[in-house]
Amino acid sequence: MKDLRIKKHPILGEAKFGKKITIFVDGKKFSAYEGEMIASALYAKGIRKLRATSKFKEPRGIFCAIGRCTDCVMTVNGVPNIRTCITPVQSGMRVKTQKGLGKWKK
Amino acid sequence: MKKKIFTQDYYKNFPGYPSKERLAKARVVVIECVQDIPCNPCETICPRKAIVVGKPITNLPRLIEENCTGCGRCIPICPGLAVFVVNNNYNDKESTISLPYEFLPLPEKGEEVIALNREGEKVCRAKVISVLDPEKNNRTAVITIAVPKEYSGEVRGIRLIRKNP
Amino acid sequence: MEEVMVVGGGPAGLCAAIESARYGVKVILIDENDMPGGQLFKQIHRFFGSAQHRAGIRGYDIGNSLLSESEKLGVRVLLNTVVWGIFQDNFLGIKTEKETKILQAKKIVVGTGALENPLAFPGWTLPGVMGAGAAQTMMNIQRVLPGKRILMIGSGNVGLIVSYQLLQAGAKVVALVEALPKISGYLVHAAKISRAGVQILTSHTIVKADGKGEVKKAVIAKIDENFKMIKGTEKEIKVDLVCIAVGLRPLDELCWMAGCQFTYIPSLGGFIPLHSRDMETTVSGIYVAGDVSGIEEASTAIEEGKLAGIAIAESLGYISKKEAEEKKELSWESLRELRLGSFGEGRQKTKDLILKQYNSLHKM
Ligand SMILES: Cc1cc2nc3c(=O)[nH]c(=O)nc-3n(C[C@H](O)[C@H](O)[C@H](O)COP(=O)(O)OP(=O)(O)OC[C@H]3O[C@@H](n4cnc5c(N)ncnc54)[C@H](O)[C@@H]3O)c2cc1C
Ligand code: SF4
Ligand code: SF4
Ligand code: FES
Repeated sequence: MKDLRIKKHPILGEAKFGKKITIFVDGKKFSAYEGEMIASALYAKGIRKLRATSKFKEPRGIFCAIGRCTDCVMTVNGVPNIRTCITPVQSGMRVKTQKGLGKWKK
Repeated sequence: MKKKIFTQDYYKNFPGYPSKERLAKARVVVIECVQDIPCNPCETICPRKAIVVGKPITNLPRLIEENCTGCGRCIPICPGLAVFVVNNNYNDKESTISLPYEFLPLPEKGEEVIALNREGEKVCRAKVISVLDPEKNNRTAVITIAVPKEYSGEVRGIRLIRKNP
Repeated sequence: MEEVMVVGGGPAGLCAAIESARYGVKVILIDENDMPGGQLFKQIHRFFGSAQHRAGIRGYDIGNSLLSESEKLGVRVLLNTVVWGIFQDNFLGIKTEKETKILQAKKIVVGTGALENPLAFPGWTLPGVMGAGAAQTMMNIQRVLPGKRILMIGSGNVGLIVSYQLLQAGAKVVALVEALPKISGYLVHAAKISRAGVQILTSHTIVKADGKGEVKKAVIAKIDENFKMIKGTEKEIKVDLVCIAVGLRPLDELCWMAGCQFTYIPSLGGFIPLHSRDMETTVSGIYVAGDVSGIEEASTAIEEGKLAGIAIAESLGYISKKEAEEKKELSWESLRELRLGSFGEGRQKTKDLILKQYNSLHKM
């Protein structure tokens, strides 16, 4: 299966990924490595659409990758509007594609 | 069609480009640095004082061609990857070109590769003569290839033939 | 009250902290990331410069050496901490992972760096369109390839260098388009990607990015001297990533909040806080350095940071005026040198202009 992680690099050398962990993306089991940001872990496996805008339901994904543009927000462990490009994965974390402004889990 | 920007004709008028006579004689550096950028490590590293930038530091690097031994030390230090060494005296039919290379995988000694011109187009096939360990030069490898003599002014890059693993 | 708080741990902030700590000033450096260094750790290429400017050294190596120097000098570093406001009398609002608090410092250095400019075109909000800096963060920090086939927009140094780094990471850069008739970054950087097979298309632009739900292709076309698309020259290319590299602007919100006076200089990125030769803004005790005081380079950010650091040590009485002047002269000299040549002299002129405006305000 496709994996966009860069394992060997001519300048940066061999990558050191953290421990393999499981998170849940829209309810499905998903493998990631400790230390990775949610958005890049998803991107590495080809998941680039992270949310849909409220009015026109347009897809959005990573745009700035440094936590400034909020294009990458998702609902994480029930909390909406989490900037996934700067939020590290954690074992057992539940990540949901966000629709519009998202909803708080009651 | 795309207009060519990076050609031998363009570069040969700059002060880092050796004369035809010097190129024909023996191994020599070819510096393709053409703008007044504040930079001079090529000058600093040369043990033979064959490259002069001087003051101001934005001067173009000027080659003192009789001083250069073609040792190649200045190739991997150049941030612009703009320094090459050409040896037109390698044998009767071939010249060698030494160039900086920062991609993976590295070619191996003896491997056949595709020689590219400055625009990335295939010129001919080339044989890898040597590969200088990138670890010794902070990750910039120096590859020396042999190409038919007539192409030594054109070839400035390589592409591997083998598939990436 | 703290002595000095430095906002932003890029080369500018780090050097401001290092330089003042060197003379005994107690410094706190704040950065929102989990590691200081700013842009430096994404820069895996060798930098231009002279021996004293660490020429031929890769960006991240410069970052590492600055980090160890700041550690040695005992600079206190607060990471994962955002400064969200600067208020009257040098109060700062900071937010750590756990709490929000207000601190006060005798001197503040703002070294917050820059933001990438966006570029709007049909399809620019699709997943698979991102800033060149974002692509750089993904591949060099996160170690995830942002695309396999790429269209780069913009031939400034950022567009050229990020294209090269994409190639190094294993991607194919299908084309680089530039609206101007000529390449705007350094030709040596352009030559690197050209000989690696990247087509550099000047007088070209992107017409749209397209694909269901994410980028699958893009259309590019030729433009005339009025930047109008020439009909019939459209070409569709198969790409999965479009990277935007059309310039940066100073991240100067904190300076606005602090009440600094600005001037507008498009070539330095837009609104620039006025500053003295010591890098002090029009608000006494607040200094700027690096990209926030005008988009330049890491090498100039380093010198500007040093100047702020020395000036602060001087005004807090840690070094004499004479010693400070001597040290500052070295940095001024370096800056003059770094701003030479056809790429630098424009920056020197605008920096002189800023100084003139600052001085005329201060005569009143
Ligand atoms: C692709 C590319 C290639 C480059 N190549 C070169 C080169 O070859 N040579 C060269 O000299 N320069 C180069 N540069 C330029 C150089 O990286 C920048 O000019 C330099 O990093 C600016 O330094 P700085 O300290 O001002 O800002 P930055 O390095 O951007 O650091 C600012 C820091 O402040 C943090 N921050 C911002 N706001 C806050 C806040 N409110 N609270 C807490 N923290 C905050 C940011 O997260 C960041 O860590 C390149 C830039 C790019 C994008
Ligand atoms: S090849 Fe050797 S002698 Fe010639 S300029 Fe370079 S460092 Fe100097
Ligand atoms: S080191 Fe390279 S880029 Fe720098 S002046 Fe010499 S040739 Fe030019
Ligand atoms: S991609 Fe911009 S905030 Fe995450």
